[in-house]
Amino acid sequence: MIQFLQNKMEQMLEATKDKPLMHTLVDGFGSILFAPKHVTSGDGTHIKDGMDLKRTMIFVVIAMSFCLLFGMYNIGYQHYHAFGMENQVGFFTKFMFGFFQMLPMIIVANLVGLAIEFYFAAKKGHSIEEGFLVSGQLIPLIMPPDLPLWMVALATAFAVIIAKEAFGGTGMNFLNIALTARVFVFFAYPTDISGDIVWVTYDYNILHQLFGMDLVAAGTATVDGWTGATPLALAAKQGWAEVVSKYSISDMFFGWIPGSIGETNKVAVLIGAAFLLFTGIASWRIMLSMLIGALVTGLLFNLAASSFEGLSPFLAVPFYYHLIIGSFLFAMAFMATDPVTASQTMTGKLIYGFLIGVVGMIVRVMNPAYPEGWMLAILFMNVFAPLIDHYVLSANIKRRLARSAKAAA
Amino acid sequence: MSQVAEAAVQTKEPLFSPKNRRLLTDPLDDNNPITIQVLGICSALAVTAQVKPSLVMALCVVFVCSVSNLLISLLRKGIPSRIRMIVQLVVIATMVTLVDQVLKAFVYDLSKELSVYIGLIITNCIIMGRLEAFAMGNKPWPAFLDGIGNGLGYGAILILVAVFREVFGAGTFLGYQVIPQFIYDLGYVNNGVMVTPAAAMFLIGIFIWIQRARKPQLVDIS
Repeated sequence: MIQFLQNKMEQMLEATKDKPLMHTLVDGFGSILFAPKHVTSGDGTHIKDGMDLKRTMIFVVIAMSFCLLFGMYNIGYQHYHAFGMENQVGFFTKFMFGFFQMLPMIIVANLVGLAIEFYFAAKKGHSIEEGFLVSGQLIPLIMPPDLPLWMVALATAFAVIIAKEAFGGTGMNFLNIALTARVFVFFAYPTDISGDIVWVTYDYNILHQLFGMDLVAAGTATVDGWTGATPLALAAKQGWAEVVSKYSISDMFFGWIPGSIGETNKVAVLIGAAFLLFTGIASWRIMLSMLIGALVTGLLFNLAASSFEGLSPFLAVPFYYHLIIGSFLFAMAFMATDPVTASQTMTGKLIYGFLIGVVGMIVRVMNPAYPEGWMLAILFMNVFAPLIDHYVLSANIKRRLARSAKAAA
Repeated sequence: MSQVAEAAVQTKEPLFSPKNRRLLTDPLDDNNPITIQVLGICSALAVTAQVKPSLVMALCVVFVCSVSNLLISLLRKGIPSRIRMIVQLVVIATMVTLVDQVLKAFVYDLSKELSVYIGLIITNCIIMGRLEAFAMGNKPWPAFLDGIGNGLGYGAILILVAVFREVFGAGTFLGYQVIPQFIYDLGYVNNGVMVTPAAAMFLIGIFIWIQRARKPQLVDIS
């Protein structure tokens, strides 16, 4: 049966040779559904591992799926928590609520992104690349759960066209696609992505009716003392003591907090990060140096905070707790390590990661207008990555020239 | 001898010969000052948040560019080449001051809105560039046409950018609401990026992309 379908597919490929759009479509779906016959073989002088783009991308998707699953559950949990009903409904109901909240977002992001991808692939006459599979999953993961779908669509279109296709498609993008989509929403529709109320879905929508909550009117029935503020927002405004009074350390680590969909559970992120490191897709150099950069900057802020008492309570937040509030770990595992936009040289990766850590902490702590710094820091360093590579390369050339001159003399 | 002179008179071009017409139409598309010569970007980013100031800005640049082209072309034989830049700047500055004073006298609100950017027409590279590249070596009439053409080419892009930015950034066109209220009620929100100058850069980039995709011979021309 599969053999038959595959043969059918090849016939269609032949038949659509002169219709670029159809050809791309058939080719793309064929290679997603059935493994293509021409696989990169493992032998050859320069080939260490016959790993193609498809496997790389699928591995990243697998690594993120833990975050996705927990994110779905957490949407439901936070939703019922806001109404003081978290003990009345079961695990499955919460998960399904989050699932139905999230599904349209994933569908929209993938539909829009893939449609643009298919269009440009047909236009340029090359086959579809799998690059968007990762972006299509990352984009919903880094958005607030309540974001209107048309904004998701617009942001995805903007990111794919401006950051990717304008520069030549998969592998040519100089900015991280998912972050470009988020930064677009961040600057275009700031009220929908920042503030205290966007991180938990409690607006009255069709899901409320489906889940038998039509008696609870929008926004009015939240329990006393409930706030949708993320730990990060609390820390920025009132300092660490206020955060700990609302959320426990283990809550923050295991993700029972409001936030972007993918980043709340640090365990899921760490599992994904370990998987990426184990399979060799993500660079440990970037992760490690970014960690060090953030910790060092946080430590400096802690030291400075004692001499600027009362100036900024955020300065005094213990530096190691910066790792579990906000999206630091998620950015480190899935965003900074994007192999296309990061530096390519080994030394360059260390510098790149370290500077992301430093810049991200500066934006997060020093700038009250931007609650979270990693998005801007990573995009900023994306732009600088080629420059870093250039100087690392020219330093290496200079060193070797000096060495050979010495050897000749 | 007289025959030669007569021949010279006969080959004198009509005012709107094809060659002169090209001076007007070329800058609108194939030799656009913004998308091809990549000049005058700063003001294109700065004043295009709304259509009205861009319209005024475009008119001002058409005026300054054409008149200073005409004047420099008239003076071109008498300008010592060592101080030509200073002379060009004096002419442009005079024209800009003239425009500024006229705006202040008749449309004070707009002149306040455009504020420093009218004064900065002096530094608009398009005008200086046209004086150096064209007016210094051509007769007054073609130079005048060239000034108008380039001013219009600049203005066309300015207004195009401004239309996109005003409609999507503020939901208005020339100050009148064009996006109906019920769309807002459905959850539509004005796009905050369009209000910032960065949007003008994206838009101009997209225009350049479209233009060169349509005419591949323009790629790598500048």
